[in-house]
Amino acid sequence: MNFSAQSKAFALLLSVGFVAGCSSTGGTSEEGGEYGSDVAAVDQEGGSTVYGGDDQDGVSSSAMTEEERMAAREQAEQQALREVTVFYFDFDTAEIKQEARDVLVAHARFLANNPGQNVRIEGHADERGTKEYNLALGERRANAVQRFLIVNGASRGQLETVSYGEEKPAVMGSSESAWAQNRRVELVFE
Amino acid sequence: MTHWIWYRPSRALLAAIALIFFVVSGARAELLIRITEGAGSAIPVAVVPFAESGQMPAGDKVGSIVQADLTMTGEFRTLPPEKMLSLPSRREEVYFRDWRLLGQRYVLVGALTRSGDRVQARYELFDVNREERILGETAAAPASNIRSLAHHISDKVYEAITGVPGAFSTKLAYVTLDTANGKPRYRLQVSDVDGKRARIRLESQEPILSPAWSPDGEKLAYVSFETGKPVIFVHELATGKRSKVADFPGLNSAPAWSDDGRSLLMTLSKDGSAEIYRMNLESRQLTKLTNHWAIDTEPTYDASGEGIFFTSDRSGGPQIYHMETPGAEPRRITFGSRYNARPRPDNDGEYVYYVHQRDRAFHIARTELKTGEETILTRTESDESPSVAPNGRMLIYATRQNGTNVLTVISADGGAAYSLPASEGDVREPAWGPLVR
Repeated sequence: MNFSAQSKAFALLLSVGFVAGCSSTGGTSEEGGEYGSDVAAVDQEGGSTVYGGDDQDGVSSSAMTEEERMAAREQAEQQALREVTVFYFDFDTAEIKQEARDVLVAHARFLANNPGQNVRIEGHADERGTKEYNLALGERRANAVQRFLIVNGASRGQLETVSYGEEKPAVMGSSESAWAQNRRVELVFE
Repeated sequence: MTHWIWYRPSRALLAAIALIFFVVSGARAELLIRITEGAGSAIPVAVVPFAESGQMPAGDKVGSIVQADLTMTGEFRTLPPEKMLSLPSRREEVYFRDWRLLGQRYVLVGALTRSGDRVQARYELFDVNREERILGETAAAPASNIRSLAHHISDKVYEAITGVPGAFSTKLAYVTLDTANGKPRYRLQVSDVDGKRARIRLESQEPILSPAWSPDGEKLAYVSFETGKPVIFVHELATGKRSKVADFPGLNSAPAWSDDGRSLLMTLSKDGSAEIYRMNLESRQLTKLTNHWAIDTEPTYDASGEGIFFTSDRSGGPQIYHMETPGAEPRRITFGSRYNARPRPDNDGEYVYYVHQRDRAFHIARTELKTGEETILTRTESDESPSVAPNGRMLIYATRQNGTNVLTVISADGGAAYSLPASEGDVREPAWGPLVR
């Protein structure tokens, strides 16, 4: 499911770029002006698919500077990364996986840039083992994510943690796949 | 260490606080009883249907309740009444030769008399081989409480035969989970040990965990998520009165009573990692008993009432530890596998019971404290929450059976006895209540 989460993030990255382009032509862009016309140009050229890309075609029809383009692209990427709010763990560990790090950094930067934004960090465990130990394990996972966010720029006051242990599985069932999806931390933005 | 886990009520959590939860005192939702197997060495006992004079309450008969009680321990094999050659109700009517022919070791006979609102029982237990009466008593109870009368007789019979007090008059606490109007419904319930006379004590849409009996059997401590996070409550069963005893930032979990009922062990993470504390219930003063970066949780007093067993993953995975006195240097007890957790002591200091992972399965196991020898007691594979009967002879735990959570009772040495599935949904978190005189 980590794989599917990543493909989802990738699809979102593309679609976010597309949507940002459409909305900005209406003059309400908060993503930085030039990016909108960039994608709109793709559209005009008949590149109607979301997967049409937002680089080569856009470059030819835009007066964007390289820096602006990079910044806009970076911003879209960051936003797409932040679509992922669930992070998975191995059995009886609270180690943040490599593939979660970029996403969590994106969340931390966003929180640093938006001090009014709070997030609840919910820690969970799979059903195996004992309920009270799992409650502590869920908390350890939530704390690991909290620390990671703080190290990367979020402030402690924006973050609250709660552990549900094994009590709130994302997926019912007693399979390896269900367990893997239940060993998780969820970020809930408020 | 500084406080670094912040907890501020958010809109979602305030909504959670407003959740529908309420204390119920009359509703019933019984467990079904399913006897899984009897041990081969079961002692043959004939429980003769009791003679009756006067109006008796409808429902199960005293004799059949006693018969069911003895059977469900797995220690006895009872003779069906239709196989009996006679139905004596007193000494003079007992022909030992007949019972010997039927292969019986013991015969229980008795009679019930209605007087006013009460039912009086007179009963006698005979040793067939020695042709001796080993028990002869009377007992009485309100007619509405015929089950209590029967369980009392079972306790006496059990003690006369085994030398150990019976635990049939004790109570179980447990949590059921089903779905009502598309929402989860957690219900903390208390029933007889055969699952009968269940009463709902608390209902919530949020998880309820870790019920723990006070030594006098009058209160339950437990963890409820009704406010959106784990909080420890103490609940007086007679009145339904509840008080929130631990609501610190982070975890508030795993309550366990001291023998005098005046303090609770608990797991708090207010100072960073999960640590074990003792709370004086009167002053609410806390004493910190562990201090380690690892998870320390699931505390319980040992048989002496002085030392403490708990789970810690300070070695890398969860293992059982013992402190001789609160705060003393812990000694590791379990070594047999990489996951051993949630210790529960027996009542004479001989064994500690816990959840044990072997390969991919979780079983209930016990370690003999003197030798360190470990025995796996269950063949089921998703076992949790062991709780030892106050007479030390049986153990209840939660496991999965055909996709739902059920409670299973086994004898303390592992012979399978009976399971208690909920009439609907899951049942988990069993806690065996104390012997109450």
